[in-house]
Amino acid sequence: MKIHVPRDAAARAVGADQVAAAILAEADRRGIAVTLIRNGSRGMVWLEPLVEVTTPEGRMAFGPVAASDVAGLFDAGWQGHPLALGPTEELPWMMMQTRLTFARCGITDPLCLEDYRAHHGLKGLHRALTMTRDAMLQEVIDSGLRGRGGAGFPTGIKWKTVSDAPADQKYIICNADEGDSGTFADRMIMEGDPFTLIEGMTIAGLATGATRGYVYMRSEYPDAVQVMAEAVRIARDAGLLGPSVMGSGRAFDMDIRVGAGAYVCGEETSLLNSLEGKRGVVRAKPPLPALEGFFGKPTVVNNVISLASIPVIFDKGAAYYRDFGLGRSRGTIPLQIAGNVRRGGLFEIAFGMSLGQIVDDIAGGTATGRPVKAVQVGGPLGAYFPRALFDTPFCYEEFAGAEGLVGHAGIVVFDDSADMLKQARFAMEFCAIESCGKCTPCRIGAVRGMETVDRIARGDAAAIPLLRDLCATMKSGSLCALGGFTPYPVMSALTHFPEDFVPLHEAAE
Amino acid sequence: MQVDEADVCARVGDILDAHGGMEGPLLPILHAVQDAFGHVPMAALPVIADRLNLSRAEVHGVVSFYHDFRSQPHGRHVLKLCRAEACQSMGGDQVADRARALLGIDWHQTTPDGAVTLEPVFCLGLCACAPAALVDGRVVGRVDQARLDSLLDEVRA
Repeated sequence: MKIHVPRDAAARAVGADQVAAAILAEADRRGIAVTLIRNGSRGMVWLEPLVEVTTPEGRMAFGPVAASDVAGLFDAGWQGHPLALGPTEELPWMMMQTRLTFARCGITDPLCLEDYRAHHGLKGLHRALTMTRDAMLQEVIDSGLRGRGGAGFPTGIKWKTVSDAPADQKYIICNADEGDSGTFADRMIMEGDPFTLIEGMTIAGLATGATRGYVYMRSEYPDAVQVMAEAVRIARDAGLLGPSVMGSGRAFDMDIRVGAGAYVCGEETSLLNSLEGKRGVVRAKPPLPALEGFFGKPTVVNNVISLASIPVIFDKGAAYYRDFGLGRSRGTIPLQIAGNVRRGGLFEIAFGMSLGQIVDDIAGGTATGRPVKAVQVGGPLGAYFPRALFDTPFCYEEFAGAEGLVGHAGIVVFDDSADMLKQARFAMEFCAIESCGKCTPCRIGAVRGMETVDRIARGDAAAIPLLRDLCATMKSGSLCALGGFTPYPVMSALTHFPEDFVPLHEAAE
Repeated sequence: MQVDEADVCARVGDILDAHGGMEGPLLPILHAVQDAFGHVPMAALPVIADRLNLSRAEVHGVVSFYHDFRSQPHGRHVLKLCRAEACQSMGGDQVADRARALLGIDWHQTTPDGAVTLEPVFCLGLCACAPAALVDGRVVGRVDQARLDSLLDEVRA
């Protein structure tokens, strides 16, 4: 029999390795031949470890499985067991999604190229190899794909800028420095379907004339680093990477690089400095990295999900992708639902669902069963949304209009025990710890911000306008998003949850 | 752990040889040095600077910029606890307070017997099974009090 047990870090973190070992031991004891496949995660993290058994009726899901459940599951013949969930594809979480970027994740063996090919893998690259560079660039522009790292810049325009820049060497750099709390889409795709990212970067190289690429990963993701490095080796051995991509005579190759625990290196210019072997200090723009990036050469810096969405766009066409979404937010977005939720995980859907639907219907409210108080969207630099803003549609412009940001689409839910003054202080503390130190509003402002929040906590009402003023300075005076966006969580906490800022509350009475 | 300077120079030289021809090799070199010695010894800096045609100050500047690089060896085990928002929402702060109290040390410190170093980490990407920890590079999720206590038993043994 064929059994899938995820190798995704979230599954391993809750015992998938022990479950896999128990399955092999139990099968051996009973003399049952088992083919065990370590797949990526389906994204239903609350059901991990999610074990799947292949049957003539499709893959059947069981979860969450503990090693101690394995003998009982074999006794039951893997059916009619209390942990049986039915066909995986028919679970409501799966049925409600539109999986384009994550179509293969959790289904295939992440490091099996044959499996990748059997599930539409490399179809996009095959098509790209028949197109002119201009046609490839137009395809990306027409898809409406925007940077999934958070900035939302049109990917096709960025590629065209690099393509048009004359240079002897250009680079494709994948920003895999996924440091935002509440986000794990990059990690999941790199652990669960790494060839998608390699294919997307290769297409980017062909479209822009870049022949070298790097994936800048985090040291906090040891499992993802290992899978990506192995996938690059396999792709190179198979002739997908190297001097002649799939025998086309056109070159593209790539390597994996690992950061060293600096959050600010997720900012594209400090990432470039880090990759060059320097301190991860932010660079002023202009010059744009597209014109003067890695070692001064024209460089595409794209997020993992942007690049991993390229193969499906080339496989199915720009129009297919563009037809999903709302307004200027086209295609799908892999939501990462995290924190205090009943059902947490990855949920890919067209842009446009309201925040309330995501939190109440998809996530099912809080894990603790208490009322939802606040939802932070977009990582540590994202705003805290109160229930009053739950009708905001999940789109770039609409979130900006509500003084927030989509960011990398991480959604962290807090119940009513959260203290929003404490969360505001943490935002400032995080900025102070992670500031690269280049510009004053961030380096000094974050420290003063912590002190000012502490004054408010001690009952000093005069510190509140000071905090607002400081946030305005940081927002407009910082070079990058770290100092510039730290005011989002701080100001949203202050604006939407004044009762947690005691003197403000007293002043209102 | 005392490191012999001549030994450091020789082994760092080998690491530098293995990274020849790389674009922007300093971070991969520093990772390799830290893997080899458990930290980045001061004696390694001039060797690296000389080979890469940098000043010692530049190399030191890079080492000190990144949280990962340590100037001292860590304990026999390293326990990293996530301090970021998703873990906070699931009681990560209480778990961290308990860890500090039971180990009797603060962040970045090592227990006097050299068994455990406690480090904060900002996001392991395990935000849907929070609170999260990394024990000697192994991921652990849903770290409630009971799971923390068993992790502490493991690293203090």
